[in-house]
Amino acid sequence: MTTLTRRETLAAGFGAVLLPATLSAQPAPRPAELKIGVTTFLSGPASVFGVPSRRACEMLAEQINAAGGIAGIPMRPIFVDEGPGTDHLVGEIRRLVQSEGVHAIFQSISSGSCLACTPLSRELNKVMLLWDCGTQRIFEENRYDYAFRTQGYGTSEVLAPLLYLLKTKPNIRTLAVVNQDYAWGRDSWELWKTAMDALKPGVRVVAEMFPRFGSTDFSTEITRLLALRPDVIYSTSWGGELVTFIRQATERRLHERTTFVLPVAEASLQILGRSMPEGHIIGTRGDHWNNHPAPANPELFNSFVNAYRQKFNEYPIYPCHHMAQAVWALKAGVEKAVATKGGAWPSDAELAAAFRGLTFPTPTSTITLREDGQGLEDQIVGVSSFNDRFPFAVPKEMMLYPAAQVSAPIGQKSTDWLKTLQPAMIESTGRSI
Amino acid sequence: MAEWFQDNGLLLGLALLDGLSSAGLIFLVAVGLNLVFGVLRIVNVAHGSLYAIGAYSAASIGIFLASRGLPGWASIPALVLSAALVGAVLGPLIERFLLRRIYAQEEVVQLLVTFALFMILEDVQKLVWGVQPIHHDQAMKLLGTIDIPFGADFIPFTNYQLFVLPGFAVVTLVGLAWFLRRTLTGRVIVAVTTDREAATAMGIDAQRIFLLTFTFGAMLAALGGALSSPTAALVPGVGAQTIVLSFAVVATAGLGQIEGAALTSLMMGLGRSIAVYFEPELEVVVPYIIMVLVLLVRPQGLFGVIETRRV
Repeated sequence: MTTLTRRETLAAGFGAVLLPATLSAQPAPRPAELKIGVTTFLSGPASVFGVPSRRACEMLAEQINAAGGIAGIPMRPIFVDEGPGTDHLVGEIRRLVQSEGVHAIFQSISSGSCLACTPLSRELNKVMLLWDCGTQRIFEENRYDYAFRTQGYGTSEVLAPLLYLLKTKPNIRTLAVVNQDYAWGRDSWELWKTAMDALKPGVRVVAEMFPRFGSTDFSTEITRLLALRPDVIYSTSWGGELVTFIRQATERRLHERTTFVLPVAEASLQILGRSMPEGHIIGTRGDHWNNHPAPANPELFNSFVNAYRQKFNEYPIYPCHHMAQAVWALKAGVEKAVATKGGAWPSDAELAAAFRGLTFPTPTSTITLREDGQGLEDQIVGVSSFNDRFPFAVPKEMMLYPAAQVSAPIGQKSTDWLKTLQPAMIESTGRSI
Repeated sequence: MAEWFQDNGLLLGLALLDGLSSAGLIFLVAVGLNLVFGVLRIVNVAHGSLYAIGAYSAASIGIFLASRGLPGWASIPALVLSAALVGAVLGPLIERFLLRRIYAQEEVVQLLVTFALFMILEDVQKLVWGVQPIHHDQAMKLLGTIDIPFGADFIPFTNYQLFVLPGFAVVTLVGLAWFLRRTLTGRVIVAVTTDREAATAMGIDAQRIFLLTFTFGAMLAALGGALSSPTAALVPGVGAQTIVLSFAVVATAGLGQIEGAALTSLMMGLGRSIAVYFEPELEVVVPYIIMVLVLLVRPQGLFGVIETRRV
């Protein structure tokens, strides 16, 4: 039997303790390509957002790869359809990580998808960039080390149009809501109502209507609204439903009796063309209007818009801009993590750490990912108008609302924070651009 | 009660006008599904796709005609023509090459096959028309609006909504009733609906009747879609929304019952519009409440007949 000397025993002991630590400190291998799982709607009514956003992602990936990739590595998006529902999506995200070996995930359009899938970032220890969903609950109800939202969210996207309305039409007395009957329609109404009651108490809600998701006829709702004559009609509807509602409403001259407030109208304006009436309040879930009067980087802005137009024969809509923000955030985050490692490839934890507090440039501004993971994206709101440059309505009399002023502070729930708003905020927040 | 009517009578009047229009559209789609089920005994899930393709085709033809500078009124006959075209092309194709192979199969197989067809046609729509909303409202704009008095106020309705949609529904109902009861082909269809075995034994070519009925049903679905296209923006999934309500109408009316489909559509259309005025949260469930209530009292449907099971 061989016996170990004291020196050999000590060496073996040190080796056993130190070797694993030394191995774990080895840099992660540099991948041949940066695989990104992208969840978006490729089927169903929300594919009006999902398909353009996929196009934007593919176009930007081509451009980035042609310019040498991200930190020298080409990116490859792998798309997954949100359409079949959250159970399916949860399985697909696991597959993306465990079988495809993606390095990060761009997740999702639907708030329901985000609520169901974001907890997977903990289990899988993969960076998730929430690129379009707007629910405030994600970062207000949980803390995630690997999840970040690279755009604004419901609270600021609803509050900014409300502030604009109360500033430009301070004498409103009655309001009706026509929202789609699903999570966003209900949540966005709760946010609006809570803020409105704080900022202008006494506005009477004369009708709350939540037509079935996917409705193709709003004739009855419009008749009732014509009879009620509310000062304001608020709707966060989108896609074909917003197009149908506006067309049916304008044909029956409802727009002459009221002011529409449409916080997500931008994505439908190209389809509506001249059917969109002038003088109504419109939003774009951010600051990326195609007629932005003073983008931070006009060259990059025009380059993105024109490249998309040339390739797909239409202007990019807001989900395209949101997708682009996720791509630019990814680029900034990866490059920061690689630089922090002195050029070596980061581990998943190191990559996630690089996103916390990250500020990345967009063509219109910069976006900072807050400590809680929420992105701070400015909001621009205006009234619908026509000019010679665009064959569809674009905003005029625009006001910019800095993200930090229209977002709930870290640690506070939006509905609690909105209750504390003071009417003075109407005048003190936002600036004309 | 009298006081309630005094307060809400005018609103109820508006709700009735809206309900009539809604009922007209529901009837046009559901009656085709009902007819097909009555004769072929197949629950055709792809009926919703035929509705959607009819709508997309009508919008495309309308846009094409407008781009060629044709007068606006041409878009109105184009709605009917596009429906006829869709039904005449897709109806025989689907019946001849798909349904004919599954008549003898179990109901679950038939459901799965038509559901698969529905999914395929959904993707075909995306391939052909893309995912962005498509609309062409020339027919609606052309016919203008009419102001309906409402106390000291007035409410504009589109003539298309108030007259064209219910008008088409009434013409279809009367025409179908006449066709089924006064023409030889119609009577043969009724015979096959009532007792397929006896009808076949008496020398009726059931295959031909199946083909004819399915094509006609497809045309009606496409007509529903085409007539909805001037008022609605068309997006992926529009067929799925339609088929669910159509099934509710068919189940409530009684299988194969034309008048039953008309009455049920009217009940559901009026029920939904009255709900929007007085209890909007119930709008979505009203058709299904009506269905459940009717089926609790008459499990065979409003106009259905109880069939004896043959062993």
